[in-house]
Amino acid sequence: MRLSLLAATCGMALSLLATEASAQKTRLTVYTALENEQLAPFKQAAEAALKDVEIAWVRDSTGVITARLMAEKSNPRADAIWGLSVYSLLMMDGQDMLHGYTPKDAAALKPAFRSAKSPMTWTGMDAFVSAVCFNTVVAQQKGLPKPTTWADLLNPAYKGQIAMPNPNSSGTGFLTVAGWIASKGEVPAFDYMTKLHDNVAVYTHSGSAPCNNAARGEYAVGISLDMRSVTLKNQGAPIDIIVPTDGVGYDLEGTAVVKGTKNQAAAERLADYAVSAPAMALYGKYYAVLALPGVTSEVKGYPADFEARMIAADVTKIAADRDRILKEWGSRFDAKSAPR
Amino acid sequence: MSDLAARRPGEVSGEMPGAPVRLVMSADARAMQIGLALAGLFLAGALVVPLALLLWRSFEGPDGTFVGLANYITYLSTPSLASSIWNSVWTAGITAIIVVPAAFLYAYALQRSCIPLKPVFRAIALLPILAPSLLPALSLIYLFGNQGMLSPLIGGSIYGPWGIVVAQVFYTLPHAILILGVALSAADARLFEAAEVLKASRGRILRTVTLPATRFGLVSSVVVVFTLVVTDFGIPKVIGGQFNVLATDVYKQVVGLQNFNMGAVVGMLLLVPAIGAYLLESWAQKRQSAAFSGRAVPYTPMPRAPRDLPLLAFCTVVSLLLVGVVAVAVWGSLIKFWPYNLTLTLENYDFGRFDSSGWDSFLVSLKMSAAAAVIGSVLVFVVAYLLDRGPKGGVLPPLVRLATTLPLAVPGLVLGLAYILFFNQPGNPLGFLYATLGILVLNSVTHFYTVCHLTATAAIRQLDAEFEAVGASLQVPVWVTFWRVTLPICLPAILEIAIYLFVNTMTTVSAVIFLYGPDTKPASVAVVHMDEAGQASAAAGMAVVILGANMIAKIGQLGVGAVVERFTQGWRRR
Repeated sequence: MRLSLLAATCGMALSLLATEASAQKTRLTVYTALENEQLAPFKQAAEAALKDVEIAWVRDSTGVITARLMAEKSNPRADAIWGLSVYSLLMMDGQDMLHGYTPKDAAALKPAFRSAKSPMTWTGMDAFVSAVCFNTVVAQQKGLPKPTTWADLLNPAYKGQIAMPNPNSSGTGFLTVAGWIASKGEVPAFDYMTKLHDNVAVYTHSGSAPCNNAARGEYAVGISLDMRSVTLKNQGAPIDIIVPTDGVGYDLEGTAVVKGTKNQAAAERLADYAVSAPAMALYGKYYAVLALPGVTSEVKGYPADFEARMIAADVTKIAADRDRILKEWGSRFDAKSAPR
Repeated sequence: MSDLAARRPGEVSGEMPGAPVRLVMSADARAMQIGLALAGLFLAGALVVPLALLLWRSFEGPDGTFVGLANYITYLSTPSLASSIWNSVWTAGITAIIVVPAAFLYAYALQRSCIPLKPVFRAIALLPILAPSLLPALSLIYLFGNQGMLSPLIGGSIYGPWGIVVAQVFYTLPHAILILGVALSAADARLFEAAEVLKASRGRILRTVTLPATRFGLVSSVVVVFTLVVTDFGIPKVIGGQFNVLATDVYKQVVGLQNFNMGAVVGMLLLVPAIGAYLLESWAQKRQSAAFSGRAVPYTPMPRAPRDLPLLAFCTVVSLLLVGVVAVAVWGSLIKFWPYNLTLTLENYDFGRFDSSGWDSFLVSLKMSAAAAVIGSVLVFVVAYLLDRGPKGGVLPPLVRLATTLPLAVPGLVLGLAYILFFNQPGNPLGFLYATLGILVLNSVTHFYTVCHLTATAAIRQLDAEFEAVGASLQVPVWVTFWRVTLPICLPAILEIAIYLFVNTMTTVSAVIFLYGPDTKPASVAVVHMDEAGQASAAAGMAVVILGANMIAKIGQLGVGAVVERFTQGWRRR
């Protein structure tokens, strides 16, 4: 009797200890716009590497997460950001919302993939490109040629068959436009968009909608990010992903520690992990271009010169011009209210 | 909503002319005054202050300096943005023109005819509000999109303003049917007898007896439909193509550009039609005399084929359309991939494969909706009671009353943003609520407050104010009268409010998308996430699960309601 009581007490003490140990884990609230299917593997890998840190994701689309971060400015709730567009990070940096911290080994990152400040305010993870989701079934029905360049999309055959994200509603839309401006120059880029406008059926409010629409055959062509297509193809959507060969818009995804976090030490360790070689290998399962030289991606099918061209673009300058570019875009194309 | 939006029959609205002067004990008066002050405090904290904080930003520049009307001038002088105002107004207007007469006929058939299967028709009319708005949007794409099954019939696709109107008709019809159903439920048979004796034609009876008695219901249904359309952004976002309306402008400014100042400008403009509607409604309320006095004889329809058969046909057609839209979405949740692989599968319901929170988000939604239902119904009812029976003097009652009408006009996105700015303010003693289930519950109760309040008020006004007078003369404190008389009698209405809050909290997206935390993502948000990730079938699946839960809740309400009625409503029977 007494023995079993003792055993029970010991058992309770042990279980208390166990809870104690798990309670010592630091719970990091991490805001992200990563794709849904990446959340579980990323969390698992980081927790395994950092041991005593628990990742609690808040995931939403780039626009919603950025709006939340900006609205929470006076009292930040996120400890860290892991997997958010560099344009959002730069906007936050401009308002002094990111904590300056140079992660261990961050100097090894390619220069285009890290903050120029010292200490750094953000570090890059990977890049992905704007691409064309092309529905082969619709194309066959309507006799549409397969485009290989952005210029191909000006072919009148595509009239009413192109969906593109509205850059005023969607981060993806802005990246696409920024990509054209970076590769063509601003004036030719707007000329291009004016011609493209005649073929566009709809400017959507969500960045994923154009590829989703192309996959469902609503339109033959959806301008989107290559990332979006994986899930759709796996479900059996008859789409080809085309990375146009004449200039690419792209997005960098990055990591940052939020200024004012109560878990600064743990957040900094997450930032360390985010630039490490094992983390880069993880990103490489999903993304073609990685921030750390020497890690090879498992994703194939990118133009060979893509990276060289990408590096030439000046992300910071485009970010600074964001308001002006969007205003110009809005006044030229957004007033088109009635769909054709 | 529930049968409520509406429970404001003509007879009970207005200031109850001839209500006797109440002999209220001063202790009661004081208690109710304090209660009213607490109610005011609650509405201030949950609605007015957060909203004011956000709307004030419409007068500020990006750096926080006061800029007066500069933002408004910028907004109105941008052609694409200003056209949104007109687009919002005309789509909402056309929707109201289609919905209100159709809802009137449908409600008329339910209340004033002898068609069979009334409970079935009544239930089907509710379907659209039990499902997240993505569900009809997906069905419409499957039916009338560029690959739609029925697109050849309409010779084009649904995208654009007409798609918005069609989807909004579907979404707002139940609200109008509920309001008009209540307005038509009370009729004085003596008037009809008198008209018939005087040999008035059917048309003349409709014009001079039926319509005037439902004028208030008609005006409120127009107001509710109009406001719902103007503030909804889910439907224009999915179906509208790039047809700009005010609600998508808010989205663009807040989510696309993170320009909260401009978002506040649009939010402010959205309040204008709503306040106009509020004024129109109070005007209609004043003109509506008490048509249903204590001596009225309830009207009971007699079978009459020339009236009943066309109405039956009409209700059947409308019901088939509503069921059809839902059925297409249910089917959509069971196929592999629209439109290229229509193999049936149950895999789409294994939500863990598509969304990291899996089925957990459904549990979060259930908890959040149950809490909103329980807390909200009690709160709303007590506040409505205090407003109707409490002291009328002073500035407090009209202010509180105005605050109860505001939420209907505030788009969810605006309310969500206002909540971040207010509850996340450093030093706000309520800050502990942030990112918890608590703030989601509070937000939902506030967001759906107006219709609940109207229902509660209508129920309370059915009770003669003499109850309190008698109680007072018997030296019974007012809260005892409230607890032992008012509450039991109004139990069915309270139940109705609870279920209204439940089903709406289950489907709400726009406000909570800014407020959920790592462990509190609701199912309705998961629906949007899965759809955005390209998992339309899984998104439809979760939407169907939400619809199922809401149907069970509604059926449960009918069951419990029958029992409650047995024990508390005997006095209504003759």
